[in-house]
Amino acid sequence: MIIPIPDLAPAATELFLLAAACTVLLIDLFIRDERRWITQVLAQLVLAGCAVILIATASSGTAFTFSVMFIDDPLADALKLMIIVAVSMLLVYSRRYLADRGMYRGEFFTLTLFSVLGMMVMVSANHFITLYLGLELLSLSLYAMIALQRDSAVATEAAMKYFILGALASGMLLYGMSMVYGATGTLQIGDIAAMIARGEGSRTVLVFGLVFIVAGLGFKLGVVPFHMWVPDVYHGAPTAVTLLISSAPKIAAFAFFMRILGEALGGLAADWRSMLVVMAVLSLALGNIAAIAQTNLKRMLAYSSISHMGFLLLGFLAGNAFGFAAAMFYVAVYVLMNLGTFGMILLLARSGFEADQLDDYRGLARRAPWQAFLMLLLMFSMAGLPPMVGFYAKLTVLSAVVDIGLVWLAVFAVMMSLVGAFYYLRIVKLMYFDEPVDTVPFTATADARVLMTMNGLAVLALGLLPQPLMAWCLLAIERSM
Amino acid sequence: MNFQAVVFFTFAAVLVLSALRVITARNPVHAALFLVLSFASAAGLWLLLHAEFLAITLILVYVGAVMVLFLFVIMMLDINVDRLREGFWNILPVALPVAVLLLGVMGATLMGPYFGLSLRPPPPEVAEGYSNTRAIGMVLYTEYLYPFELAAVILLVAIVAAIALTLRARKNTRSIDPAVQVAATREGRVRLVSMRSEPKGVSAPPPDAGQDEPPQQK
Repeated sequence: MIIPIPDLAPAATELFLLAAACTVLLIDLFIRDERRWITQVLAQLVLAGCAVILIATASSGTAFTFSVMFIDDPLADALKLMIIVAVSMLLVYSRRYLADRGMYRGEFFTLTLFSVLGMMVMVSANHFITLYLGLELLSLSLYAMIALQRDSAVATEAAMKYFILGALASGMLLYGMSMVYGATGTLQIGDIAAMIARGEGSRTVLVFGLVFIVAGLGFKLGVVPFHMWVPDVYHGAPTAVTLLISSAPKIAAFAFFMRILGEALGGLAADWRSMLVVMAVLSLALGNIAAIAQTNLKRMLAYSSISHMGFLLLGFLAGNAFGFAAAMFYVAVYVLMNLGTFGMILLLARSGFEADQLDDYRGLARRAPWQAFLMLLLMFSMAGLPPMVGFYAKLTVLSAVVDIGLVWLAVFAVMMSLVGAFYYLRIVKLMYFDEPVDTVPFTATADARVLMTMNGLAVLALGLLPQPLMAWCLLAIERSM
Repeated sequence: MNFQAVVFFTFAAVLVLSALRVITARNPVHAALFLVLSFASAAGLWLLLHAEFLAITLILVYVGAVMVLFLFVIMMLDINVDRLREGFWNILPVALPVAVLLLGVMGATLMGPYFGLSLRPPPPEVAEGYSNTRAIGMVLYTEYLYPFELAAVILLVAIVAAIALTLRARKNTRSIDPAVQVAATREGRVRLVSMRSEPKGVSAPPPDAGQDEPPQQK
């Protein structure tokens, strides 16, 4: 018999990335330790190649391939581009940090590339099995990267916690998916949506499965009450890996929410909305209040990420195109701010000094005035002060919530972000009004400094001109729904 | 109650009881062996559903390979179970109501009218010469090609991760670098020393004299 060859064109980016990642894996074996930068340059070139292919093959329509398990729509293209940009920025920021800690090895770059592949598979999945496999590919790479610093007991503990809780979350997700399969008899996202729209399949079983799916997704996104791993993992992992965990995978998690809740189970919006409301309220409250008590910047940012993910859920639970676009805008902005903040920790760190205590930032304005100013922009943006982009992101999400009539939720979110402003502004106070305790001059590589400047100024520029990015998000969502 | 129902309930009861013992057994080796038993019962249930290939794969892969490795690992690690169980009674007052509530909700859904035999009839009888393996192979490499390849990539990442986490150059290793070995020259190994010949009649040095001057090594 003749087996038809699937149409490979829509998946060109993934195929290129897989082939290139395997090639980098092989080439790296022949590179000596002192020339490890070649691997990094290759990894950056692979990511650039992916971006070029992505832009060249982008279309405004939707294409399916691999027996309708793979979807290529404008939403997928937009999210993949964000992931690629975020990861290549991360590689620039983390170069010296890794070299100082003996982690500048080929595996870091190949595992990063494979995690990007996993994220892309998640973003483009149109089938529960491919969604799950993409998630596992991403998670497995991340577990290994956290543990890559083998001599650090904290990093090993963080990897172990992440691994066990991640496996638990995967189990919940799979159980929920199996219930949806039991109710509908299919795992194809479009088919499930069509069956729910026709009213087929038992609603009780579907909602029962939905509970487990939402719990699993909550674990992966790190929202209360499934947040226990976030502070320990962010704190324990090497900062470069923390940056990877806290940036690009959030975009993939947004895609996961979109595909499962937005598209497949969109007919059950009334049921998942109430669950997301509870999770969002708890995340906003716990994230912002617990962050105040932290003395470690990485831990503080972990709690801050919990509250930001609560905001993301706010946009998502609106359940309409504007709400989804607001959530997408929010996740893009969050990743940009997060890259800048963790990037600054990476730039300030040096051999034997992690720069992750709040006290390390005392008097930074005198040691490195420009970097302190960029950090100030980032902190203002995280706190949501105008004219930074963080303000506009929060505003869009809140207007989406008000549109569906949940005014109390918007008021609560505003109050909680006021609480949150305290700990962001505390860093600004430490940098500008305290005496420096650390007198070692600021030594970061030129490429990282330039990128940090662009990153910090982008937060300001996007805040002044947010419309193009927002319009882009809205267009991507509308064309894909 | 026909024969199939008897077989089903036997396997199902063994499965549930052995799964329960996996988490309650004191000895980790016993827990692993109960997991083997639960896998075997699950395989029996799959056989009832005409999924012969999956049932045999479960036995071969999980029972035959994965669990045996698992047992090796458990026996090599000295796990102190009593230390792991510390705090169990403290969390029980919170955990028990949650577990009972979850069990109740799950029972109400799964044992209710939604999963009865009328909704999910047993699989139809297959024709003579039907091969379950062939049927799975046909869809695995065509319709499910993409997930199949993704699973392969996940295995590749697992290999890379395992090697990256365990391979390290030990300082006190006694391994030999073949390149250095091949590059050895005669001059590097043997040193010709010109020595004055000893006069006749002098007794040989005491046997422990050599300890003061260890033999020269290159």
